Amino acid sequence: MRHARIERWSCADSPVHRRHAAARILATLSFLVSIATFREGPIAVWPLFSALLVVAILAARLPVFALLKTAAAVLPFALCFAIVTAIAGDRRLAAQLVLRSYLSALAALWLVATTPVPELIAGLEWLRAPRFLLQVMQFLYRYLIVLMEEAAVMAQARAARAGTLRALHFRQAAGAAGVLFARSYSRAEAIHRAMLARGFDGRLPVFRRARFTLADAAFVAGCVALAAGVRTLG
Amino acid sequence: MSRIVEVRDLRYTYEDGTAALNGIDFELDAGEAVALLGANGSGKTTFAHHLNGILRGTGSVIIDGLPVTERNLREIRKRVGLVFQDSDNQLFMPTVLEDVAFGPMAAGMPVEDAMDRARAALDRVGLLAKANKAPWHLSAGEKKRASIAGILATDARLLVLDEPTTFLDPPGRKSLTELLAGLPQAKILITHDSAFAKELTRDAAFFDAGRIAARGPIAEIVERFNWGK
Repeated sequence: MRHARIERWSCADSPVHRRHAAARILATLSFLVSIATFREGPIAVWPLFSALLVVAILAARLPVFALLKTAAAVLPFALCFAIVTAIAGDRRLAAQLVLRSYLSALAALWLVATTPVPELIAGLEWLRAPRFLLQVMQFLYRYLIVLMEEAAVMAQARAARAGTLRALHFRQAAGAAGVLFARSYSRAEAIHRAMLARGFDGRLPVFRRARFTLADAAFVAGCVALAAGVRTLG
Repeated sequence: MSRIVEVRDLRYTYEDGTAALNGIDFELDAGEAVALLGANGSGKTTFAHHLNGILRGTGSVIIDGLPVTERNLREIRKRVGLVFQDSDNQLFMPTVLEDVAFGPMAAGMPVEDAMDRARAALDRVGLLAKANKAPWHLSAGEKKRASIAGILATDARLLVLDEPTTFLDPPGRKSLTELLAGLPQAKILITHDSAFAKELTRDAAFFDAGRIAARGPIAEIVERFNWGK
């Protein structure tokens, strides 16, 4: 399963993995801002941005091709918009759309592949992200997989009785989505009850308080300088 | 022996009009165990949720000398450990250790003390090696043990276990029985598994249509209501 593979990557050891989660988040953010704000300039800057990411992947001792392939999941969506943009006559923007989407996805993937989700949440907390948002993230992380499993069980049950998923008609698919929603709602109620039973008073406790060291600051400064440097080249 | 649970004329009707509890009288002494038997929908789980203040009906519920009221809820929830049927509903923190430490922290304990207590509880249920795993990496039996560790990490004096053997394979069921048998707390076991209940208690109450139809030795109850496997 893809989530298990990414989780395995995130628990590995490398100089990047050893940095404070907030440092990795800031490094990723600086890269994302650089590519998001890069609009006019030589197309040759895009390979430089790509090279930066490949170096970051190698520094984290992650499998480059596997990450490149996983990030490609975003391409079908990006291509749809790019095609519309190209038809409208702006080929340059269309190309940038695809490149920007793909590199953004790759950067985000690099972040989650080097940072276990609990650490990621702790890093965001260190950066003073809104607690409510973090709680939503935490629950998504915990229950998305449970819901995926429930959806898989429903799909199996349906396939066992009615053949392949390809034969699923729109009306049946809508019905299945409705059932999944009802199950999710019911589970949410059960989870809330369990939380109350265990003393939940509206705030989840904070467990991790890792120290942000000088090395983390140097790492962030280096990443920001590189991303901004490439951006300025453009 | 002090009384840990005392319930008088407890009644509860769900919003859809279903009368789930129709005048329950129940008591349990500290350190004792009782099995709640009865058909699905007979009111066992609804009753259990009143012991912890999740549901509030009419009548009186007293836990360890404290009436279940809004004012006492925090203390009541420290004393009553509810283990839910589906452990996935109960284990909501990102790691097993953090989940087990949740109860003590919610009760106001400092992080390090709560973590120490959580490690001790995990050690007690044989899950210390899995402390830093995400809950979905655990088997059904391990999830159940982690849920119980979450209760043991608090000062619970009453354990309420809702269908604890659901999803467990025979070895998981056996190790859960051994674990529960070694715990000194009072226990309420909601179960359809009368063989499991017999291994842990000699006392049973039979629920029927929101009432306790009978209470007495488990063997007699099982025979009278033809409730054995």
